[in-house]
Parts: sequence; structure tokens; C-alpha cells
Amino acid sequence: MPTLVMIPTALRKYTDDQSEVQIEGATVGDILGNLASEFSELKKHLYTEDGTIRSFVNVYLNNDDIRYLQQNDTAVGDSDTLSIVPSIAGGSI
Amino acid sequence: MSTTLTNDEIERYSRHLILPEVGVKGQEKLRDAKVLLIGAGGLGSPLAVYLAASGVGTIGIVDFDVVDVSNLQRQIIHSTKDIGQPKLDSAEAYINGLNPFVTVIKHNTRLDSDNALDILKDYDVVADGTDNFATRYLVNDACVLLGIPNAYGSIFRFEGQASVFYAKEGPCYRCLYPEPPPPGLVPNCAEGGVLGVLPGIIGTLQAMETIKLILGEGDPLVGRLLLFDAMKMKFREMTLRKDPACPICGENPSITELIDYEQFCGLGPTHDEPKKETSMIPEISPSALKARLDAGDDVFVLDVREPHEHDICRINGTTLIPLGELGTRYKELDASKEIIVHCKMGGRSAQACAFLQKNGFENVTNLSGGISGWSDDVDSSIAKY
Repeated sequence: MPTLVMIPTALRKYTDDQSEVQIEGATVGDILGNLASEFSELKKHLYTEDGTIRSFVNVYLNNDDIRYLQQNDTAVGDSDTLSIVPSIAGGSI
Repeated sequence: MSTTLTNDEIERYSRHLILPEVGVKGQEKLRDAKVLLIGAGGLGSPLAVYLAASGVGTIGIVDFDVVDVSNLQRQIIHSTKDIGQPKLDSAEAYINGLNPFVTVIKHNTRLDSDNALDILKDYDVVADGTDNFATRYLVNDACVLLGIPNAYGSIFRFEGQASVFYAKEGPCYRCLYPEPPPPGLVPNCAEGGVLGVLPGIIGTLQAMETIKLILGEGDPLVGRLLLFDAMKMKFREMTLRKDPACPICGENPSITELIDYEQFCGLGPTHDEPKKETSMIPEISPSALKARLDAGDDVFVLDVREPHEHDICRINGTTLIPLGELGTRYKELDASKEIIVHCKMGGRSAQACAFLQKNGFENVTNLSGGISGWSDDVDSSIAKY
């Protein structure tokens, strides 16, 4: 069963404007890897050149930050949702 | 002991006073509270209006900008008559008109590492409504060092975030995002756009959290990140944790005083490393480009804005390839030709020039000031947006 991945506004231009995509994978790392293969432009916005998730992008499994679970090794079940949440700075301009 | 509120105040705040969670004691707390708003813009406007209406006794505002007509689509504390006036003055006039019991303190300055602690130290709550990462990290760090809660809100297009960063009780902004994105990777509001109602929603959430913090009532958003998607009309909530390794609020903090936030956010100039990317890019002014086009010079003008910006206005004879598509489409361009690149203001086109240079284009020039400068200097019939 594919997992629902929520794409933030800032990254939707790399997912053909989709706000939600369904991606296969048993762990967070598998799903993000498959997501990056499916949408190649997204990859550099998610990962640094050495392959770690960028520090201004957080990934949540349901409501929990994967940094406090088992990171990329966190197992993902059928009913789980993965959310990508980058920092945004807007407000005043 | 009876209340120190005057009869006029009692009448004004009667709907608060009959709420058990506020009451006379709560209203006195609001009156005695000092709240600092960072920015009198999209988020700062609804914050200032509701905090003033609610009776927060002292509202400080840090801002150095003047009101521009393009602000009025969302910055509801300013009016058409205020265009060209300092935002601080129009915000103060609005607040004074709304509630004479509020004292406004105007900090007419750009918040920086030299003045932040001095400005923030007198306030009970800070509400951050800035538009850039450097100030976000500065406000966070200053709040952590001073032990002040920060009612945080941020917006992008149709999406908003809100939280309360209070290092004494929970995580700070650095626990959430240890580092900012490199410049250029995430567009700002001027480039990305923002729906006018959105800052109203996120700013009023910040106002609500500010008031709860002052009253000491309810569950503030400490340790929670609220995500709002206006298009789906959905709120979601993520759990935030205090990072034991956080460089400022963690167990062994490495940041014990304010740092250089421009440098931290990659905005340079750093002392030993001049900004390479843009210093190597030749620039041409709008009037010089006009003269060359009029003279029939064979130059190729590339517009790297988004299609919806191109719909608003364009320079005739240009070719549109949005910056985000340049990586896959640059081979459509003729590297043997001179290419002049423009965007709205000159920032994205400088990135495009740097990219083209890296990919073997030797003759690329940036149009300084973008189409906005073209409108100023060459053709005033071109709309500014």
C-alpha cells in the first residue's frame, strides 16, 4: 500500500503542483528515496549533496518528527501519513 | 482589593471582564503587559489591531519601512492615505484611534545583533512577524537569551505556520530548524506572493497566543507547530521537541551571545570570502539596455520570472524561461550570443546568470533593477507589481 506524502506549497512546483502524492515504501527512507526518484527536481531541495535531509526541512510521520523516531529507518504503516515541512520566513513584506 | 481599572476601562473591556478566564485580574495583566511586535506588516497588522483592542497596555513595534501601495492588500493597519509614511506612524495613529489606553513605543530601526537585546529586554512577550530568516534567527536567539516567549507566525502563498517558542518551557526555533535554507532556494513573499487574508489568520493566531501567555490561561502552542493550508482549509499539528543538542537552548549551548545573522543565513558579505556568485556577473542598467536595443544590437533578453508575472507585464521581444525551469531548459539558449537576463528586481536573474556562467555561457549580463527598474527608468507604462 502506498503512503500518503504531504507536499508543502514551496515544493509543489517540483511535484507537478500536487499537494499530496502516494509513494510506496516500508520505511521513511524508502519513501523519500522513491519520492526523489519520481520527482528528480525535488531531490536537491530535500537532500544535501552528501545525501542527508536538509536542516531546514523536517519530515514528520503523522505528528512526530522523524529525528526523534528512527530517522530514515522508521517503519511506515498503511494508515500513516508523511509530511514534509520546510521553514518559511514570510510575514512582513 | 477592588480593581485598578477605571470605569471607562471597565465599560470598554466588559466582554472580557465577564469571562472567568480573563476577569478583572486578567484585564489588569493585559494592561500591565508589554508586547513587542517585530514588523508592522502582514502579520504585525492584525497582531497590533487585536492586541490594542484587547487592552494590552504597552505595544512596542520595530519597523523601519514606509507604507507602499502594494502593502495595502494585506497590511490592514495602514491605509491609502498613509502611503509614503513610516509604518510606525500609521500603526501608532491607528492604535491611538482604536484604544487610547494603549501606549505605543516606536523602535524605528532594523533589528540587529547590536540592538536586539537592548530593545527586547523590556518586553514580556515578543511576536515575530518578520519576512526573512536572518531576523527570525536573531529574534529567536535574543528571546532565548533573555528568557522571553516568542509568539511565532510565518506565511508563504496559501500556507502558514504558528507556534510559541519558549525555551524555558519547550523548544526554540533552532530546535525546529537548526539552519536556514541557503539564499535563493526558497522564494520570499515578494517573489512567491501571498494571499492577503492569510497573514490575517496567522497574525490573529499569534495575537491569541500572546494574550494566553499574558493571562497564563489555556494551552499555548509551546512544543507544537500548527500548520495551516488555506486552500484545503485545514489545520494540522506537529509535535515539537526540545533538541538536547540545540546550539542555543540545548544542554551545552555553543551560542551564548548574538551572532552575525546575515552571515549565518549566507547573505554575506563575510570577512574573508567575498560573495563570488554575484560579484562576477556584469550588470547593465535599464536605460543602457534600451539604448542598445534601439541601436539594433543583437542581444538576447531572457526573462526568468514566472508565467503569471509575465502575464502582468513584459518587455517586448524577450523570451520567458522561469528560473525554476532553467536547469532543464538552458540548452534551448544559444551560448554564442550575448544574453541579458532580467526578473522583477534583479535577484533571480543574478542567480540565473551565475547558473548560465557555470554551464558554459560566457556572455551573460544581469539587468539591474529588473523590470521594475525598466518601469522606473525606461517605460513608465510597464506596471510595477
